[in-house]
Amino acid sequence: MPFQVVIPRETVAGETRVAATPDSVKKLIKLGYTVAVQSNAGQHANFADEDYTSAGAEVIADTAELLAKAGIVLKVATPTDAEIDLIPSGAILISYIWPAQNEALLKKLAERGINTLGMESIPRLSRAQKMDALSSMSNISGYRAVIEAANHFGRFFTGQITAAGKVPPAKVMIVGAGVAGLAAIGTAKGLGAIVRAFDTRLAAKEQVESMGAEFLELEFEEDGSGEGGYAKVMSDEFIKAEMELFRQQAEEVDIIITTALIPGRPAPKLILEEVVKTLKPGSVIVDLAAEQGGNCECTVPGEVVTKHGVTIVGLTNLATHAPAQASQLYSQNLVHLLTDLTPEKDGEPFINMDDEVLRGATVVKDGEITFPPPPLKSQQDASAKKSAPAPEAPVKPEKKPMSGKAIAGFWAIAFAAMLGLGQVSSPEFVQHFVVFVLSIFIGWQVIWNVSHALHTPLMAVTNAISGIVILGTLLQLGGVGGSGLILALAFIGTLVAMINVVGGFYVTHRMLAMFRKD
Amino acid sequence: MTPAISMAYLFSAIMFILALSGLSKHETAKRGNYYGMVGMAVAIIATILSVQEGNYGLIAIAMAVGAVIGIFFAARVEMTQMPQLVAMLHSFVGLAAVIIGFNGYLQGAPSNELMGAVIKHDPVHNVELYLGIFIGAITLTGSIVAFGKLNGMISGKPMMIPGRHMLNLAIIILSVVGLIIFTPAHYSTQSTIILLVMTVLALFLGVHLVAAIGGADMPVVVSMLNSYSGWAAAATGFMLSNDLLITTGALVGSSGAILSYIMCKAMNRSFFSVILGGFGGDSSVADDSEIEGEVKPIEIDETVEMLKDADSVVIVPGYGMAVATAQNAVADLTSKLRKAGKEVRFAIHPVAGRLPGHMNVLLAEANVPYDIVLEMDEINDDFPETDVVIVIGANDIVNPDALDKPNSPIAGMPVLEIWKAKQTIVMKRSMGSGYSGVENPLFYKDNNRMLFGDAKDSVSKLVAGLD
Repeated sequence: MPFQVVIPRETVAGETRVAATPDSVKKLIKLGYTVAVQSNAGQHANFADEDYTSAGAEVIADTAELLAKAGIVLKVATPTDAEIDLIPSGAILISYIWPAQNEALLKKLAERGINTLGMESIPRLSRAQKMDALSSMSNISGYRAVIEAANHFGRFFTGQITAAGKVPPAKVMIVGAGVAGLAAIGTAKGLGAIVRAFDTRLAAKEQVESMGAEFLELEFEEDGSGEGGYAKVMSDEFIKAEMELFRQQAEEVDIIITTALIPGRPAPKLILEEVVKTLKPGSVIVDLAAEQGGNCECTVPGEVVTKHGVTIVGLTNLATHAPAQASQLYSQNLVHLLTDLTPEKDGEPFINMDDEVLRGATVVKDGEITFPPPPLKSQQDASAKKSAPAPEAPVKPEKKPMSGKAIAGFWAIAFAAMLGLGQVSSPEFVQHFVVFVLSIFIGWQVIWNVSHALHTPLMAVTNAISGIVILGTLLQLGGVGGSGLILALAFIGTLVAMINVVGGFYVTHRMLAMFRKD
Repeated sequence: MTPAISMAYLFSAIMFILALSGLSKHETAKRGNYYGMVGMAVAIIATILSVQEGNYGLIAIAMAVGAVIGIFFAARVEMTQMPQLVAMLHSFVGLAAVIIGFNGYLQGAPSNELMGAVIKHDPVHNVELYLGIFIGAITLTGSIVAFGKLNGMISGKPMMIPGRHMLNLAIIILSVVGLIIFTPAHYSTQSTIILLVMTVLALFLGVHLVAAIGGADMPVVVSMLNSYSGWAAAATGFMLSNDLLITTGALVGSSGAILSYIMCKAMNRSFFSVILGGFGGDSSVADDSEIEGEVKPIEIDETVEMLKDADSVVIVPGYGMAVATAQNAVADLTSKLRKAGKEVRFAIHPVAGRLPGHMNVLLAEANVPYDIVLEMDEINDDFPETDVVIVIGANDIVNPDALDKPNSPIAGMPVLEIWKAKQTIVMKRSMGSGYSGVENPLFYKDNNRMLFGDAKDSVSKLVAGLD
């Protein structure tokens, strides 16, 4: 009997997402599972019950009936107590859990014996990127932040020359160039705005510039890269310089989108009330950090307010404002996680606690709370490697440029050798030797200029012209005093040399005729 | 030699130099080949006019037969078999050089002198003669073995005789001893025997040297033999006091030497380590660090989707493309992708294939325009901006270990840094390691997928999938 995967309708107010789309249902079935979806689970995300049915899922109306069948429960929002009571013991639950903030929830899940994987707890390994729901959702938030800003902004983003006159492009400043920040840059650029971005992590500069935005720099030497690619807390001087930068920018920009978060801390207050006052009336601030208190002093989490003529959007969980997109990405993340959970694709999940991705995600297993996970092995290795001295490479003797003395010595010897050769050889030989040496120099100069792409034709043509030895055999064939043996050998020699000459030139011709330019 | 003939030879020499310099650009290459043909025709006609005795009938027959055979082979050869053809042609030059040497010696025989021929027999001449035969003989058998290896008639694995370096050394010492005895001597039975023994030794040395070199070092071997055939021609020229032979031989000799140098540099190996052979056998230099990650296969449909989404594609062909004769399918894929508005380019490593520039010729044959076929140095910086890189039948030339692992057998070899691209797809028959026997961590990288199967087959399916 394959495991039953069930997807209940989300019950939390404002949660528009759903943990499976008809597309992801098909993929789950490919993994060997049977799938049941609660009716109307996808209504906000525009997935009808019929879509799920035709994808192969069973649609069940009653929550209790649905959850009672569950082998695996896929959810988005943290489960409510009512839901937990309905999930059978021993089942696997995958959803957002936020274990550090929800100790009571963890305890309850452990008591009920529900094996729980938290989507937010998946470690940040490159292998786990495909299941990283936080990144997926940040991406959507970044996009939505620009759309929200455009919605509240009374002007165009793009500059235009119209019959009525010139319209300047909107100037957007984005603070924090993580996944959300980069998505916001891309969206704002796409709408035609002039985009500037700031991030404390110097590594972000390249990414920002690759998206086509200008990277705002402080005249300050400090890198804010913390663990796992997140930012860390900066020094006071740095923050002072940062504030000054924002104040200056506020005189110019129309829209500010802030995404600055430091893991496990309230959001840093970067946009002070004074900066809001500096902004032109009609400007918009979108504060993606609203849930953690906001980056702007004037932000009211969950609300859109106007202060000093500036609209401040403090909506939380912007991803729910794009339910279809968010559901699609989230359900894909889940499919990838389940793929790792079912290596045999036989519909039998196996929580392998030796797999560091699954270990990190698992917060409750067999009635035990397994949060927090032990530090990642691969990261330990990486840091150990860093501290250990670099593995000693076999030291290659560096080629030193020859000293002046050595060069002089070399040529002195060469000259002496040439003089010596002149002592023992005939004038005729010397004359030929001159030709020989000069020809080598010509050859050297000429061949270095040959294009790499033409090396095969080069070999063929040198084949042809080395057939010049035919002159020797011709002279012997037509020469005086040829015995029968000499003539026979010379005949063969002429024949093979001629093969070279004709074959070499002809095949070169064939090859060169093939090369064409577009 | 009359001054007129000398001038004709000078003209030929100029033509040959122009022929080689024409190859510096695609635009002038064809003209260069015509220069070469003119030079050769002038040289041959001038020589025939200068011979004393005649025998024009024999000359005509030999040249006609040779020309027909040459045309026959050159017209029929497949571009994938260019390395074989080139190797075979080298052996002919070697054979001709040996023949000319022996004839030069035989012309010094007393019977010939009685006939009144003026044959000079001085020591310098003897040295030239001896060296001409020696180099010619090595070129002859070395090229035949190279031909056999390239054609698959002889195993591509290096043949390792115990004590082979000592054996080579002994042959060379014996040959030098022979030279010392031979130099002051006149035509005699003893001299004849020395010459014959040396020839046999040199023939064996040629076989042995090339047999000890592995299949993928063939670009170096073929260019080295190219060089030898030039030096053999030059030695013949000294013997015959013919400046045109000397000049041409020197041009060809330095051309082959430069090609060998370029190939060696592209593999980060010294010329001597290639010549001494045996590469690939002793690479048991323990692979101490295990490669992390897993090999992720990919199917045709997903590859097609990936290509559809890509804006820029780079194709890296290797010897495997030639073996599978996939170049036409690759060209179809290229034109299809280009028609869809994608930027498609080729990245050619200097040692891809079995002959310098082999890949370029194969792609040209399949009608791929040469301006999208780029060298390693031209394209290596572009990989980070490339969406998809497709590797067809190449392995060592895309191995990141060459840069990352100082104790790898291929450490320091310049490679195509394709792993910097967003996505790489490696087409391969199976999970075997490359010629050097080195594991390729590229296959385990996160952004790499493996498309298993016959290259031609897979590419054809991709083309069909893109319709």
